[in-house]
Amino acid sequence: MLVVNNLFVSFGGVTALNLERFSVKENELRVIIGPNGAGKSTFMDIICGKTKAQKGSVLFKGQELMGMAEVDIAKMGVGRKFQKPSIFSGLSVFDNLLLGIKTHKNVFSTYFYKLKSHHNDKIYEVAKMVGLIDDLQSLAGSLSHGKKQWLEIAIVMLQDADLMLIDEPAAGMSDIEAEKTGELLVEASKTHSVIVIEHDMKFVEQIAIDKVNVLVRGEMLTEGTFDEIKNNKDVIDCYLGSPDSAQEAKVA
Amino acid sequence: MIKDNKYYILFFVVFMILLPLAYVVGLVDINTITLWGRYFCFAIAAIGVDLIWGYTGILSMTQALFFCFGAYGMGMYLTLSNLPAGTTLPAFMTWNQVSELPLFWQPFESFPAAMALALFVPAAFAAVFGFFVFRSRIKGVYFAIITQALALAMFLVFSRNETMLGGTNGLTDFKTILGFDLRSSNTKLALYIISFGVLCLVFVYAKNLVKSKFGKSLVAIRDSESRMRFTAYKVTNYNIVIFVIAAVIAAIGGILYLPQTGIITPGRMSVQASIEMVVWVALGGRGSVKGAVIGALLVNLMYSIFTSLMPGAWLYVLGGLFIVTVLYLDKGIVGLFDQLKQKFYPVKSNS
Repeated sequence: MLVVNNLFVSFGGVTALNLERFSVKENELRVIIGPNGAGKSTFMDIICGKTKAQKGSVLFKGQELMGMAEVDIAKMGVGRKFQKPSIFSGLSVFDNLLLGIKTHKNVFSTYFYKLKSHHNDKIYEVAKMVGLIDDLQSLAGSLSHGKKQWLEIAIVMLQDADLMLIDEPAAGMSDIEAEKTGELLVEASKTHSVIVIEHDMKFVEQIAIDKVNVLVRGEMLTEGTFDEIKNNKDVIDCYLGSPDSAQEAKVA
Repeated sequence: MIKDNKYYILFFVVFMILLPLAYVVGLVDINTITLWGRYFCFAIAAIGVDLIWGYTGILSMTQALFFCFGAYGMGMYLTLSNLPAGTTLPAFMTWNQVSELPLFWQPFESFPAAMALALFVPAAFAAVFGFFVFRSRIKGVYFAIITQALALAMFLVFSRNETMLGGTNGLTDFKTILGFDLRSSNTKLALYIISFGVLCLVFVYAKNLVKSKFGKSLVAIRDSESRMRFTAYKVTNYNIVIFVIAAVIAAIGGILYLPQTGIITPGRMSVQASIEMVVWVALGGRGSVKGAVIGALLVNLMYSIFTSLMPGAWLYVLGGLFIVTVLYLDKGIVGLFDQLKQKFYPVKSNS
């Protein structure tokens, strides 16, 4: 589904990302973890066309994404959820979802668009799934932070993107909300490929049904199942920290 | 919604029936009628400003320019149809030693062609200009500055005698329109009614537009242009289309404005004129079609009142109103009424 080769990005001479190889299969749920500034969000920015890389290739369904405009990448089936919830705050939740729905999105079709019943059903279905069914008529800007996150996930889901890039979905959520988000993503990965960036290890454990990648200083430290990662010495040193090291830090 | 309809009907009855009736029985003189007819033209233009700025969030300083494109189109037709017997050229051309009617003037001899061009020229102009500007993703303040420069450049172009549009004097001295005497009260009343009718049509059109998915996507572009892009919408095309729609609406206002004023000069397309239009919408309530209409009517009415009662004070009043709006009335007068309604008749949250 997604194959990344020799990707290199630097900002003003500072290497932000240097990936030899990274690939995601169809209907896989991949989690990327790593410390701040490791290049996780930059990686997603490159896939969806927000940032341009200096070198390398990003193949999606066998087609090169590098150099394409965001709109065209989105049209090909890459959906993106940003770290900071990015929704249409001046519109109702229903309208937010309506704009997300996969359909012809050129000006002409939009201008003459009439709400179709299967689109309406789809919106209710997804709204129910993300728990926004009672908020459909509320203004999106008035939602709580957690609900905004869900709304954005819902927009990406309605887009029916083959590859969903989800950046820190559980940030700012309570444990219960985070757990629900996790279920949502696992459910979504049954029919879509999903890449999730996350910090919260409890959340990662919940959703890491496939492989986890660890990104450190722009490079891929390792790739493996959650248990492998958890017990990997390098990962513990670089990112997770061990109970011992915490103890040592305290003593020191 | 039902409550809103009540106000619309009231609005319609007052201006379509009561005011003309008051004129017929002699309570109101014809100049007041024409004055309101002109306000309606401004209100039409204000709807255009509201669509591009209030809904889509693009601050354009060219709305007055497009208004003038419409007015000049009408003016060129009126100039040619009012040529004194025995002459083939408008007087200002003769003074400039022009012996033949310039090619671009010729279609304006026919009324339908003149009207078509008065709408098509601003549309094409907006499409071409919008294409280059929006493609480069110029927005916000930068868009305002670029359009401001464009308005100034066009002002200078129209002011030149060589442009063959009457220079700084503009186009004036019209006596008839389609054979009707422009100075007769009946023609004036008819123009008033046409203006009001067109305002209603444009209002209904704009109302439907903002309710449609297209209108929703305009608000979405205002709120988060990048989200829109990543949701697979070609934002550039949406911006161009709404820019063109706003330009055409402004031109419609201009076409109707000219016969009721009798003169169009490049001064009307200045940057200040566009800013004034923005002030109408800001005062009335941006992001609300009725707000744009209320704002345009109210500010112009106040302009007429103040300039006749205390001419020196008007600019201070306008400036003061604008400051109050920016500081306290985020949603303009319409927003203020909504707030008051909320306060005195709180809506139960579950209804």
